[in-house]
Amino acid sequence: MMFAAQSIAEFFQRFGGWQYVIAAVIHAVLLVHVFAVSPFAFIWLERKVSGRIQDRLGPTRVGGLFGWLQSLADGIKLVQKEDLCPTAADSMLFRSAPYIVCVSSFAAFMVLPFSHGWVAVAADCGLFIILAILSLEVFGIIMAGYSSGSKWSLFGGMREAAQMVSYEIPLAICALVPVIAAGSLNLGEVGGMQRGWFTNWFMFHDPFTFIAFFVYFVVATASCKRAPFDLAEAESELVGGFHTEYSGMRWSFFFMGEYASMFAVCGIASVLFLGGWNTGLAPVDDALYAARNASIDGTAGSAAVGYLANVIGAAVFAAKASFGVFVQVWLRWTLPRLRIDQVMTTCLKYLVPISCFLFLGATLWPIILVTGMGRTTWTAPIGDRAAEGLQETRDGSSVARVSDAGYSGAAQARVGDTGNIGEGVVQ
Amino acid sequence: MNGESFLFTVFALATCLGAIAVVFSQTVVRMAFWLVISLGSTAALFFLANADFVGAAQLLIYVGGTLVLLVFGVMLTASGPYLKIATSPGEIVMGSLVGLMFLFVVFASLNGVDWREPSAAAIETGNPVVATGNTLRPIGLSFLGSRPDQDLTGDGDTLTPGYLLPFEIVSVHLLVVLIGAAYLARAKRRAVGPG
Repeated sequence: MMFAAQSIAEFFQRFGGWQYVIAAVIHAVLLVHVFAVSPFAFIWLERKVSGRIQDRLGPTRVGGLFGWLQSLADGIKLVQKEDLCPTAADSMLFRSAPYIVCVSSFAAFMVLPFSHGWVAVAADCGLFIILAILSLEVFGIIMAGYSSGSKWSLFGGMREAAQMVSYEIPLAICALVPVIAAGSLNLGEVGGMQRGWFTNWFMFHDPFTFIAFFVYFVVATASCKRAPFDLAEAESELVGGFHTEYSGMRWSFFFMGEYASMFAVCGIASVLFLGGWNTGLAPVDDALYAARNASIDGTAGSAAVGYLANVIGAAVFAAKASFGVFVQVWLRWTLPRLRIDQVMTTCLKYLVPISCFLFLGATLWPIILVTGMGRTTWTAPIGDRAAEGLQETRDGSSVARVSDAGYSGAAQARVGDTGNIGEGVVQ
Repeated sequence: MNGESFLFTVFALATCLGAIAVVFSQTVVRMAFWLVISLGSTAALFFLANADFVGAAQLLIYVGGTLVLLVFGVMLTASGPYLKIATSPGEIVMGSLVGLMFLFVVFASLNGVDWREPSAAAIETGNPVVATGNTLRPIGLSFLGSRPDQDLTGDGDTLTPGYLLPFEIVSVHLLVVLIGAAYLARAKRRAVGPG
């Protein structure tokens, strides 16, 4: 997949001012592959799982084992189809809408960390950026619905707009609940803090983050417009909803975007709640951590074994995120579709108040624990882990953008203000 | 020309061309599309200047929020298939007059600054973005009332009121707007009848 941004840029330093451009192109190419291969796998998964759940076989004829080439056959079929544009459609908007969906769900992968330091853009407000980018996808869907010049598409687009605008609120609030525990929006740092036993995962940090994980997962499923929340397409009433008039590759762009953003939201869930690239077994994690920092020439992390540890981390991350996608597929073929008013009621009357309650509870939890137990967490003190996470980030990709002096000052301020009331200051 | 100025040129051109296309397109939803191009490129310019937080806020609020609501409103209210806005010649004259005056003001103030000479304050404090890599941490500390990048009182004490008070004022303002909107929507529904 990808090295740290910094090491690629360093490698191409001989090209003068262009090394960052070359590094950016390499990252983009690698991420395009993640973006393209994950839908390929998940569409196959969707067919197989639905086949098993509904007591049919799923693809068997195409390709060798388990019909794994079915997605490729689908792709070839879709490329050959005629690219239609209805006469009633606003052709410019109609043609550009699929690209907006595709580009925005691709851009989300730019700030998603796949392993320790394996992130294309290590931004301090990574979670904020990824939520902002994922909120753009709905614009493409609405435009597709509006510009098709068809009543089915218009209804689909309107439903999508209403649904997305409402579901963004609990999505953001639920994502903030583990952020309160971590004290950082940097996805790399949040992932690094959850090293050690799986009780260190933010899902088990307190009862509120535990519930927040499930609420987040429901809302994330809705925000990818997956069944039982797929009212925007609702083929039984709206033909195909927003994509009724689309065919061929433009149609498939919508679905590439959908499957890729399923992987993206499950990846966010895995970093925020499920320990990201950490295995959840303290001895294994410690061994991987030591391997990452192994050196052959004095610089930490220069040995090849560190790269291998990162590959294992990326595999763990991909396994967690893919399991999330599997559960989404499982839900789709198990639950019946809701009505649009039920979808809105679920969000506005239940999920928004629940997430507000969780947010409030998560802010009060450390205070309650301090009065009861004299410490702010029931697991390993978060202050220690925050310092380690900071150290990991510093060793990792963002080292280029961080000078030592600036960072240690910031680190002291950070550890001071993450509020280790009963634990003492780490540094 | 290095990579950064190349990217700046690309995104600046996209911003300007998108803005011009907004003015010259007739359909409301097409305007919204060009506004997405323009505002998205502005966000890219913020990212290019290491202002990640501002860039993400730009995307979330303007593109993901305002424009979606705009198109949603058009879809709900339009009587014909594609809502159009025709500009009268008088509006074009007035608009270009105001635009030219604004351009003159911007040009004059940009010309008034010597951009080659770095300001004394910038030399003294250094570039905090380059030093710490990101702008988010100073923003967060400022909300807590600490301004490590600035020593405002001059006695080494960085504790200041910070941004907390303006933030609270803005949030109370938004709450008032929310309650007002809910009140207006509710009043309308009552006129139709209960249930």
